Amino acid sequence: MKTTKLLSTQHMVFLGLAMTAMCFAPMFLKTYGLYLLSLWLVYVIAAMGLNLTVGYAGLKSLCHAGFMGVGAYTVAIMMKAGISFWIASPVAIVICFVLGLAIGFPALRVQLHYLGFATLGFNLLLVLFFRNEEWLTGGTFGIQNIKRPDFFGMTLESNTSFYFLVLAVTIVFGVLLALLLRSPWGRAFAALRDNPIRAESTGVNITAYTLMSFAVGAAYAGIAGALFAPLVNFIEPAPFGISNSLLFLMMVVIGGSGRFYGPVLGAAIALLLPEYLRFLKDWYLAVFGFTAVAMMIWLPGGLLSMKEAWQLSQAKRAAKQKQIAEAAAVASGKGAAA
Amino acid sequence: MTDFMQLLLSGVATGAIYAMAALGFTLLWQAAGTINFAQGEFVMLPAFAMLIGMSMGLPLWASFIVAVALSILVLGAAFKKWIVDPMRGSGVVSVVVATLGLSIGLKSFVKAGYSAEPHPFPSIFGDEVFKLAGVTVSYSDIGALVFAGLMVVGLQTFLNKTITGRAMQAVAQNTFSAEALGINVKRMIFYTFAINAILVAVTALLITPTYLAKFDMGDNIGLKAFFAAIIGGFNNSRGALLGGVLVGVLENLAGAYLTPAYKDGVALVLFLAVILVKPDGLLGTPQERKV
Repeated sequence: MKTTKLLSTQHMVFLGLAMTAMCFAPMFLKTYGLYLLSLWLVYVIAAMGLNLTVGYAGLKSLCHAGFMGVGAYTVAIMMKAGISFWIASPVAIVICFVLGLAIGFPALRVQLHYLGFATLGFNLLLVLFFRNEEWLTGGTFGIQNIKRPDFFGMTLESNTSFYFLVLAVTIVFGVLLALLLRSPWGRAFAALRDNPIRAESTGVNITAYTLMSFAVGAAYAGIAGALFAPLVNFIEPAPFGISNSLLFLMMVVIGGSGRFYGPVLGAAIALLLPEYLRFLKDWYLAVFGFTAVAMMIWLPGGLLSMKEAWQLSQAKRAAKQKQIAEAAAVASGKGAAA
Repeated sequence: MTDFMQLLLSGVATGAIYAMAALGFTLLWQAAGTINFAQGEFVMLPAFAMLIGMSMGLPLWASFIVAVALSILVLGAAFKKWIVDPMRGSGVVSVVVATLGLSIGLKSFVKAGYSAEPHPFPSIFGDEVFKLAGVTVSYSDIGALVFAGLMVVGLQTFLNKTITGRAMQAVAQNTFSAEALGINVKRMIFYTFAINAILVAVTALLITPTYLAKFDMGDNIGLKAFFAAIIGGFNNSRGALLGGVLVGVLENLAGAYLTPAYKDGVALVLFLAVILVKPDGLLGTPQERKV
């Protein structure tokens, strides 16, 4: 019997190199670079959650930025009230999870497509809430001077130490997600995406699983939000609007939905690349949007599916050539017989 | 009471405009299975086309005609040929993501290439108002209502009474049988895209005076159109009209009597309420699922 290894050697080497690079990165980066890298990790956490919902369970969720906002506001408001970050952030995660259940239930009861609209509308409602409930959220002025937490008496106020907190959280929740995907749950999610009716007939409770994948995805957005608030020190409604929710979906799909590293790549393209292409300004987003359209036409599996897509097209070509050769052989055989 | 009447009237007028965008949205879904998340941007583009036409010295009606023609060409034919057709068979999620990408792309394109500012837009019916039994009525509200009503009724008549219209409905109901009956399915689907293109151009003409021409004006209109379509019934074109008017009126009333801050949330609440009670929409009929 073949023993299945948890990770291939290649994969281990790649991960090891990536981790080393991430650990030494702060030595080579200035304040802004480090801030961007931390922000990227925060987006990666959120996008990982969305990847579970979209890529593994096949649901369209369009309020991921909204959930991130709920996480960020929860942490900011609780920390302003003097409650520790270490209590506030689990609360934020739970609130996002519960909200995910609440919004997912009516929509999923009916039809999967409806979830897209329901979540889009819900995001709109969240932004209205953030903007209008000034007593709680500070309205358009937002909440300022959000402190960074302490960790067992050690302050994480400096950019480098907070970066390592974000990195650690990313790794922990990345591993948790990987474990979840390897568990029977993960398989049920995939079954759900590939053919919900067949999954149902083999005994998967589709409503429960779809709801769960959506709520877990929302919880990941909550974690990202909980880190976002102390990272940026200041929150306002704008980053949690519908356009960023759409951007999250794009990140997942462009990177490669249903692939573990898809969101990592997608978040880099949506967040880091524009920083280096600043001269393009708004044109960047235009190119980004149209690229997404082109990708859905030619490479629906995302950038990480490029290798397989190429192999598939090669195989198709080879098969076609073989067919032609065979047809030619038959034809010449016939000619010889005549 | 006069306040109420006024709110009702302007709500119906706005609702009728939502209904047009919703109707186009529903038609595309029925005929081609395309959920068009860029429908809002499809309204925004003709608005800017008209704006550019007017800045070149054309009168509004002339730029409207140009915008309709461009809309059929770009948002109808080109959209179908280059985006929808190549994606046939690749699943709803891919189409959704593609139209979302298109929505982001078009918005940013207009923002970067034209302007990020809102631009005033003249009403084709003028700015005058008159009093009717104490209620202030604006010509643009009445005009929008009549125009939108005519469009919707005209489209209904076309779909139900003409051979082409009935053929389009047949395609929407069952593509295979329609083809077996000798209907030119491809042409009917193209007609659907063309009708959607006309509907969005008319929507742009009627709604831009209130919304102002801005690159992100489509966000709101698109969302309202989706909700109106689902509330009324996704597989019923009359449903779109009902949904649109319901959303328009309730939004106006909620804005005035409950809280103006959450006016834009009304459509969502209505949507959630409707799908909990009647999942296929108020006028929709249940659809079967296929394995």
